[in-house]
Amino acid sequence: MTAEPAIAVTGLVKRFGERTVVDHVSMNVARGEIVGFLGPNGSGKTTTIRMMCGLLTPDEGEGRVLGHDILHDQRAIKREVGYMTQKFSFYEDLTIEENLQFVAGVFDLPRGAVASTLADLGLTSRKGQLAGSLSGGWKQRLALAACIMHRPKLLMLDEPTAGVDPKARREFWDEIHQRAAEGLTVLVSTHYMDEAERCHRINYISYGKLISQGTVAEVVRDAGLTTMVLEGPRIAEAQRMLRTMHGVEQVAPYGNSLHVIGRDGPAVRKAAHAAAEATHSKLLEAETSLEDVFIQLMGASQDNMQ
Amino acid sequence: MSAFFSWQRLRTIIRKESIQMRRDRITFAMMLGVPLMQLMLFGFAINNDPKDLPAALVVPVQDRYSRAMVTALELTGYYRFTHPAATAAEAEALIAAGEVSFVVTMPADFGRRFERGEHPQILIEADATDPAVASGAINTIGTVANEALLREARTEAASAENQATKVDVVIHRRYNPEGLTQYNIVPGLLGVILQMTMVMMTAMALTRETERGTMENLLSMPVTPIEIMLGKVLPFFVVGAVQVVVVLVAARVIFGVPFAGSIWLLLLGVFVFVMALVVLGYVFSTLARTQMQAMQLTFFYFLPSILLSGFMFPFSGMPTWARWIGETLPLTHFLRLIRGVMLKGADLAAIASPLLALAGFAIAFTLLALSRFRQTLD
Repeated sequence: MTAEPAIAVTGLVKRFGERTVVDHVSMNVARGEIVGFLGPNGSGKTTTIRMMCGLLTPDEGEGRVLGHDILHDQRAIKREVGYMTQKFSFYEDLTIEENLQFVAGVFDLPRGAVASTLADLGLTSRKGQLAGSLSGGWKQRLALAACIMHRPKLLMLDEPTAGVDPKARREFWDEIHQRAAEGLTVLVSTHYMDEAERCHRINYISYGKLISQGTVAEVVRDAGLTTMVLEGPRIAEAQRMLRTMHGVEQVAPYGNSLHVIGRDGPAVRKAAHAAAEATHSKLLEAETSLEDVFIQLMGASQDNMQ
Repeated sequence: MSAFFSWQRLRTIIRKESIQMRRDRITFAMMLGVPLMQLMLFGFAINNDPKDLPAALVVPVQDRYSRAMVTALELTGYYRFTHPAATAAEAEALIAAGEVSFVVTMPADFGRRFERGEHPQILIEADATDPAVASGAINTIGTVANEALLREARTEAASAENQATKVDVVIHRRYNPEGLTQYNIVPGLLGVILQMTMVMMTAMALTRETERGTMENLLSMPVTPIEIMLGKVLPFFVVGAVQVVVVLVAARVIFGVPFAGSIWLLLLGVFVFVMALVVLGYVFSTLARTQMQAMQLTFFYFLPSILLSGFMFPFSGMPTWARWIGETLPLTHFLRLIRGVMLKGADLAAIASPLLALAGFAIAFTLLALSRFRQTLD
């Protein structure tokens, strides 16, 4: 049974009134993978995750999560999935320890589960503190502790690192990778590109439609973008020129350099050359970054909407 | 561990709810303080046997009989003649304005007719807008009036021995023909107090989770609707039990309300009533999306249940349609039950009908709550 993917859903549709929030999304996640789920705000990430963990009923589509039918076996899914909500949703008027005891009781975990989880995540010294008085990083750590305490086989994290400082984020990801190495499957939605690059594979969703999936390299390759970089003191001038030139789809300054991006490789190169010559800038061809790809994808799907 | 119900999970939820209840200091203090405060406030403020009430006397001719009458009435402690020599028109205005609670009218030929052995009449008009004001004062008046006049007549003529009842006292309870008795109030208060705290607190149960965003998390865990419901309402049984003890002890010790029936029968009734209430509150919390809405729903329910249940106004005095509405309120049935047990010493058979009605409410509300509960965020 280990061959069965952790997530295998096809054609998921969710409508709220007239609005289709998730539009025929299909997704496969193999066991032990860390999969990034990306997309702009309001693109349907949270709704998709909720459908997969049994919190929302899809209007159309079907699928299995950990081998359980998402339409009928929602209770079985809830027992084996750890879901970390986007907004902190543990009880602020309970202490860290009381929150974990609550979770342990609901999942009927053996005695000692709370103590060992507290120790595992370095929460022991703060166990008596009310959750409401914790800082963002500690709240996130508590939430993570609570949703991995029952040893789920699949972890769904909805923007887990929003509002968390870089050090805490780093520690959080180390924890995730360590769990994945032990066989845990993780689906994580995020806005951060560096986090996306930490995933084995990514899915990009926009306006309810899944528009790209694969490894980071595959997604970048599939986008088929050419990126030219201009460096020099007059890049502001170059930026103005490039905006209106044929084939140039994105012009983005990064400090002293300027990225010129487009799908039509020869046209982008030609435009970049012209701008570089006119402003005496240094020109080189660069790897397209994931962020550039996402901006491109966002722009493209917006065009589709109009 | 059963799929649909587990004691372990129920205990966990109860424990969590109890901790949260204790931490919310103000609410917790309110739950225990409110019954005491209300009991003291209403128990003492709603006094149906008030003394020293202002009265007007309409006597065209002052004679010793009218003076004897005034003295006797004042000696009962109920009447204080603030307007001893009013005209009929003045008296009418005074009672209408609420300046006096009574108008005592003696006809001009009262003394003469009394001496002749005819049956003269005294008219007592009572402002019965608040029936409690009038009842005690009125109850005593017949005897008082006769004794006073007989005494007065006796000093004049010894032959007055054979004059039995010489005076007809005519009583008009104006504005409201009904009367309430004091003992109705305190047992009724138990119902009202329980209803207030139990319904309001449980109405917050689910909306608080929704509002604080913890609902999503709770639903993502393997808990069942019945576990959540029981876990949330059962802690209130403890609060309710404390309130019951407080009110019953106070009723007995402070207000001296008689306790005719069986305490166990009463507790059984209270138990079923509280069950119906907490589940009703829970139904509200499945309907409301915010705590504010839950609050509004609760108040929307409170007003009719206080006015139409027979707590404030006699149930039998209401028109049929209003009585039907009253029948749909748990408080109505609880009032019948508690008044029956406490005041009339009713046995199980006598209170079977309100008890069954309350049980019916509890079951119906439970089913409604469970059917309303959304196990998903849809």
